[in-house]
Amino acid sequence: MWAYRLNIPSHWRLLSERYRLAGGYCENCGHKMFPKQKICPKCGSEKIKPVELPRRGKVITYTIVQTPPRGFEYYTPYILAIIELEDGTRVFGQLTDIEPSEIQEGMEVEMTIRKVRVSGESGAIAYAYKFRPLE
Amino acid sequence: MQKPTIAGVGFTKITAHWKQSLKDLASEAAVKALNDAGNPEINAIIVGNMLSGIINGQENLGSLVAESIGLSGVSSVKIEAACASGSAAVMWACLSVLSDLFDSVLVVGVEKMTDVTDNEDVTSALATAADYDYEVFFGATFPSLNAMIMRSYAKTYNLSPEDFGYLPILMHKNAVDVSHAQLRFPIDMDGYLNSPMVSDPLKLFDCAPIGDGAAALVITKKDGAKNSDHLVEIAGFGSATDTLATYRREDLSRLRAAELATTRALSMAGLESKDFDIVQIHDAFSVIGYLNLEALGIVERGKAHEFVASGDAERSGALPVNPEGGLKARGHPVGATGVYQIAELALQLSDRAGPSQIENPNVGVAMNVGGTGSNVFVHILRRVE
Repeated sequence: MWAYRLNIPSHWRLLSERYRLAGGYCENCGHKMFPKQKICPKCGSEKIKPVELPRRGKVITYTIVQTPPRGFEYYTPYILAIIELEDGTRVFGQLTDIEPSEIQEGMEVEMTIRKVRVSGESGAIAYAYKFRPLE
Repeated sequence: MQKPTIAGVGFTKITAHWKQSLKDLASEAAVKALNDAGNPEINAIIVGNMLSGIINGQENLGSLVAESIGLSGVSSVKIEAACASGSAAVMWACLSVLSDLFDSVLVVGVEKMTDVTDNEDVTSALATAADYDYEVFFGATFPSLNAMIMRSYAKTYNLSPEDFGYLPILMHKNAVDVSHAQLRFPIDMDGYLNSPMVSDPLKLFDCAPIGDGAAALVITKKDGAKNSDHLVEIAGFGSATDTLATYRREDLSRLRAAELATTRALSMAGLESKDFDIVQIHDAFSVIGYLNLEALGIVERGKAHEFVASGDAERSGALPVNPEGGLKARGHPVGATGVYQIAELALQLSDRAGPSQIENPNVGVAMNVGGTGSNVFVHILRRVE
């Protein structure tokens, strides 16, 4: 199935988001969003400019995946979480450098870059943001 | 304005149909529904399906289904709205009939999920209901996103693991005597609590099973119906969307699209939540079932487990919920589920539901949820006297 093997342009065109948390900032109402959208979901303005989002935040909620999709067997069990960044913007990703038993809601985390997925032996290896506990 | 009317109903048993293809299932259900309706002339077919391209390597289901039942020539398309594809097809059939351009429309919901080589394939296919670039890319599965909703809901309302068990236990109890149901065995609280973790805190027994099935309806106008002894009116319908990704919602312990769709359907029907006599909810995961009951205005937020635990949701209770066992036990062939829900309601509202028949219902509602609440459809059905 197409989803198992990563198509390189589909990853490449999102590198600013996946490496630097590039989001959107509404010049009309000040709302920040991830990802950047054409129209502000809060005020309807089209005046959205790119912005780098803060790299620190806290865990809003999480789950521990025991039944993975194809390509993630190696990482299982792994932790997925919704993170609220310091400016209130929310993102979703894996937690890393932490055991499932250590995680708590409200825990402070920071963005880091890690290998997220591979596509077999010859396919693309994708790096992107994950979140790790603050020291 | 004449309301759209259900003139015929048909469906297959839900199971792993090793001997039957997607086309076989769709045509079986379609022929049953056409016969039930007295074989009226059909002007259009709308097929509800989510995964045929990914799992079966087959799209263009409009043409496939039309040909399989000797109706090549009619207008026919597939409609997709993830797990709500079935009721999306019903809604667009209603709109077609209401347009006055079509008199009779055949709706076929079908899903053939077991034509895969590994369970990981189904997991990946179902994950296409979520946001690929911002969720699935990072290893999100569909259960994992619902697990986060479950954790969030449990925290907001201080629920215990047991509280989520009441709904699947009731669903299994209801399905035992339902001949088309997939999981016809009871479970108890110990069995629920000890079922394997799929995506913590979501357990296996919180999840609907994987299965194959098809359900069909003939939708027409009351005046044009051939068999008038079991007509059921679609009094109102409504649908709404929310963010595709779960993380982009401010409040994870409610389903805003479900609330909006309910408001729209009630408004069209001129009814209130207290008018419901029977309810079909989308219990693909226990927590989503609870959130459906709350969005439908049946219980206060955070109280759905108390309502189910009290016995009020049983077949003999004050407001029966999923008397055929719901997604959890009747089964959840994703793109067909919304049509099963409405077909079962139609049977209930014409006193044809057999062992699962509840006593004299007048108004029923079905809620079908696509994604983690990103695309929700509500249909309100009323008995025709």
